[in-house]
Amino acid sequence: MENLRYELSTTGPAGGTRAVALVGVVASGNLEVLLERGEAPDRCVIDIATPAHGFAALWQAVTADFAARMAAGGLRITINDGGARPDTVALRLAQGVRLMEKPE
Amino acid sequence: MRPVDILSSLFPAGHQVTEAGGLLSGNGRLDPQITVDVVGISGKTYPGVDEALALAGRILSIADRPDPAPLLFLVDSGSQRMSRRDELMGLSETLAHLAKALWRAEQAGHRTIGLLYGGSAAGAFIATALACGSLVALPGAWPEVMDLPSMARVTKLSLDVLKEKAAGTPVFAPGLDNLFATGAIAEIWDPARPLCDQLKALLAATRDDDGRAGWGLERGGRVKAAAIAQEVQRLALAHG
Amino acid sequence: MTSPSPTRHSWYEESARGRLAHLLDPGSFTEFLGPERREFSPHLGLFNLPHQLDDGIIVGNGKLDGRPVLAAAQEGRFMGGAIGEVHGAKLTGLLRAARQMKRDVVILFDTGGVRLQEANAGELAISEIIRATLETRAEGVRVIGLLGGRAGCYGGGSLIAGCCSALVISEQGRLSVSGPEVIETNKGVEEFDSRDRALVWRTMGGKHRYLIGGVDLFVDDDVAAFRAGAVAALERPAALNQAVLAAEQARLERRLARFGDAADGAEVWARLGVPHPATVPDLDTSAFLTIATSKREGADAAR
Repeated sequence: MENLRYELSTTGPAGGTRAVALVGVVASGNLEVLLERGEAPDRCVIDIATPAHGFAALWQAVTADFAARMAAGGLRITINDGGARPDTVALRLAQGVRLMEKPE
Repeated sequence: MRPVDILSSLFPAGHQVTEAGGLLSGNGRLDPQITVDVVGISGKTYPGVDEALALAGRILSIADRPDPAPLLFLVDSGSQRMSRRDELMGLSETLAHLAKALWRAEQAGHRTIGLLYGGSAAGAFIATALACGSLVALPGAWPEVMDLPSMARVTKLSLDVLKEKAAGTPVFAPGLDNLFATGAIAEIWDPARPLCDQLKALLAATRDDDGRAGWGLERGGRVKAAAIAQEVQRLALAHG
Repeated sequence: MTSPSPTRHSWYEESARGRLAHLLDPGSFTEFLGPERREFSPHLGLFNLPHQLDDGIIVGNGKLDGRPVLAAAQEGRFMGGAIGEVHGAKLTGLLRAARQMKRDVVILFDTGGVRLQEANAGELAISEIIRATLETRAEGVRVIGLLGGRAGCYGGGSLIAGCCSALVISEQGRLSVSGPEVIETNKGVEEFDSRDRALVWRTMGGKHRYLIGGVDLFVDDDVAAFRAGAVAALERPAALNQAVLAAEQARLERRLARFGDAADGAEVWARLGVPHPATVPDLDTSAFLTIATSKREGADAAR
């Protein structure tokens, strides 16, 4: 397994008050994304565990793009990857942030 | 050990245990006071619906008797019989029924002791040896959930790599020592000593609730199960 | 109990979390040891396989039609819903709590059985789950199983199902010990051609299981239908005693005597008196239930 961590500055704090959200499952071509609060409001930390070695550059690009597009400040995000494509990763991250904005 | 040697070591005063179609049935005298009912599956038989139902029927008739005679289940089986007919007839129900019959006998006051002296695997292992109130084994027993060549096929890892991994953890590889470490087996008996004495000692000790996860923790083969089950139980009770 | 909503919402296609959300009263579910607790399998890294934070099973409490229940849902897409050390222990703990609390349990099965990479721990976990289930039922607590997931209910999972007090199945639900591929791998394609999907349904699918009394309720592949089925299953008795097991012994012996030499599911259904047995797989739920209700072997709480 390869473990990656990205500490990103973001466009603004994440909305909503929900403490925890989970989207996706760990299956082939899919991934689970757990979102929790607890980071500084201008910061987002993403921890990734992936069985596919050697894709750090791709993960860096996807997560940087996510931080630039979505207000994800204050979030601590954990990703368990089942070998997802970058577009699936981006989709799940966006779904996760939207879920955090919804009431429980 | 062969079944004939096991039975004579268990019952020096004599026994009437017979084999038919891969199943054992009868009883033996542990001493003048204690008669032990014996059932079993022998000769690496793969139990299907017929065998499971025959065993369950005998066990339920023992459970229905008011006396507290212990029940000894000798096990040397394959896995469950893999066939279209067995699944068509509901093998899952029948094996579950066998497990229930063993549980019922224990609940009705008959100690159920599994004695694993040969092989057992997969669903057959769950419904026979593992469904007994106490499980003991003899050296040379070979329980396996899945054999390494099949695992190699599914995991796409070489047999050598699997063997190397198996050396580091008892959690997946077949064999008595590994199953003992995970807490499946209470005791491994010494074939050099009379088995009747070892059975008497086991029967003299009281049996508590299912303590197998605790053994797995003590023996280092299954270290998370006990704490996880306890934590879920605690949280459920706390939430009312 | 099968009245499907006008817009059918597939149980089979839903995730484990989605099924729980639709099964239980809205907002009533509380998860125990959820993903944020990070109690995942410690054994998968050895095989360079990713873990899932809930280890493929969600356990908690909630309400079903106003009635408090404990619930567990397996996620069939994560490792085929396979049962490992943590996954199994979560279910064992839930069942032990149910016994103490005298609270009914609903299990949403979706599993291929023991998880290969932690086979010994998984096998033993199944044995512990079975014992906890039986001890819970002995206290008069219901443990019901819902069978309609992607992975089916195979291996040791099918033995757990066999210990439940009542079972609800959809046509897509498959209940069997050895899966089609396992039989074919071990015994050859002549014994079982796993690519013959019609054969799979006739041998281990929901309609066959309902017709022979292997399950108690047959519902549409629809979340509302499963909810209604679960509510009905919770009305069935939980008792597990000598009389129940003697009745189950008689029921299973009668099945073998009646159908034991049948070569195919369709032959079993013909002996039951089902008209045009070859068309059973094509019948919709209401047409199937009309025939099945009068012809099937019931379990009559003998399980």
